[in-house]
Amino acid sequence: MVERTQRQRSRDGGDDGATEVAEESASAARTDLDDILDEIDEVLETNAEEFVRSYVQKGGQ
Amino acid sequence: MAVPKVCGLETEYGIVVVGAENNPVAASGVLINAYMAEIGRSTGFDVSEESPGRDARMIHEVSVLDPDPELESIPVNTMLTNGARYYVDHAHPEMSTPEVRTALEAVCWDRAGEEILRRSMRAARSVLPEGAEIIVHKNNSDGKGNSYGCHENYLVDRAVPFGRIVSGIMSHFVTRQVMCGSGKVGSELLGTSADSVAFQISQRADFFEEEVGLETTVRRPIVNTRDEPHCDADRYRRLHVIAGDANMSETSTFLKVATTAMVLSAVEDGFSDQIPIIAAPVPSIRTISRDPSLRATIEMLDGSRMSAIDIQWTLFELVTDWHARHGGESVGEGVAGRALSEWEAVLTGLESDPESVADRVDWVAKRRIIDAYAARHDLAPTAARLRAIDLQYHDLREGRCLADRAGLRRLIPESEVLTAVSAPPETTRAYFRGRCLDRYADAVIAANWDSIVFDIGTDPLRRVPMPEPLRGTASLVANVIEESPTAADLIRRLAQ
Repeated sequence: MVERTQRQRSRDGGDDGATEVAEESASAARTDLDDILDEIDEVLETNAEEFVRSYVQKGGQ
Repeated sequence: MAVPKVCGLETEYGIVVVGAENNPVAASGVLINAYMAEIGRSTGFDVSEESPGRDARMIHEVSVLDPDPELESIPVNTMLTNGARYYVDHAHPEMSTPEVRTALEAVCWDRAGEEILRRSMRAARSVLPEGAEIIVHKNNSDGKGNSYGCHENYLVDRAVPFGRIVSGIMSHFVTRQVMCGSGKVGSELLGTSADSVAFQISQRADFFEEEVGLETTVRRPIVNTRDEPHCDADRYRRLHVIAGDANMSETSTFLKVATTAMVLSAVEDGFSDQIPIIAAPVPSIRTISRDPSLRATIEMLDGSRMSAIDIQWTLFELVTDWHARHGGESVGEGVAGRALSEWEAVLTGLESDPESVADRVDWVAKRRIIDAYAARHDLAPTAARLRAIDLQYHDLREGRCLADRAGLRRLIPESEVLTAVSAPPETTRAYFRGRCLDRYADAVIAANWDSIVFDIGTDPLRRVPMPEPLRGTASLVANVIEESPTAADLIRRLAQ
């Protein structure tokens, strides 16, 4: 599978730029993740644990 | 040559009332009626010709619908000016997008559907008691063993034997979840404890018990055989797909629809012999769902073992070959190229560093948040707080929706989504349906997928059949509608 991946990538042509972009966006994503975790307790439904325990749906299709 | 992959999505939303009686059937009706009242419309949907019991294998035709008396009287059922159907089904509000020509359009009208549900929730607040609220989730299970669907539909060639479609598409349905699973904390598989799995890739995998079958609510099959084409049954089938998750990520929806449309096209064009066949699809769909490491292998019919990613790469290469030889016209040429490069990028990312696709793949985006939250607060893998985060990822309320905060890439500009709330796609017969509902609202007695009934003031009522999904497009009928101030004018001009 490694071979195949390399072949796929090489078909895309030069990859260095793409790697840089990917690294930048990965770092941005990590920052965002900390922000989400900071926000999550304010945003979560009041009594979130009780809400999810009592969340019952009728089956559908 | 593969027939155009006209397609659409049907989503049953989870619904709950807080602060008032929690009756999901009544609440679904309130939700839809409040929306219709707010936009000042109400148009009946004619269900007289629905036959969901018709089976593609020609085995038998069961009696219509479900025997549950609660479901016998469908309280709300309407067609919208964007060509969608909005109704109550099995105690859930359901949105069926208009039929569209490409996977990108499917994403756009699916997102428009979410916006309509959001507006419905706001509209419902004004008719509910003070402090009460209807909350809608775009998910597929309640975490307690009850599931509801997000179905897809694809136009396929009637001349292609159904057995070939089944064997051609099965491997994709079992493995595509790695790109378009929505992720779930815990297990809902009968006979297992909820805590037996920390996190799985698919919301729905626990609920499939058969390989092929007609059922959709019990003993669910991976390939559903409902044969109800809603168009010319001599030329077409509508493949009704129930083996998918509702997605919050536009890329997951895009890849779900685009890759399926391309694999089906390749099967129609004779490529099915090269598709890897999975020995036991039902256990395999669960094995793959329960392995976020993506390293598990499953047994193939030829005795070899492949991972879900291996199988996806094989399908990708086969479809690339199909595209090189036949072109992508069946799925929209520009869309095929975009889908192939996105498919390749996501598989490459999943294989090298799954976190790198957290901006595109729902289960990865959700798992990343859940894992980080669990680590920060030192929580057990299936703690109630993590289940709450799982659930709220799908909450459609502005400000509450965690998927909105997950950094997911958008494919469709917001302005296009807002337009699609009321405007139909221009590329299928949904254009004719939607425009007629908008322009001749008072004269439309009933609208169905494949016909519209008009009352033009003189007997009898006029039914306009629409058996061909690619007639009634903007390029074919926009002028006729524009030049017909009344429904009577329209009928006269169509008869010419």
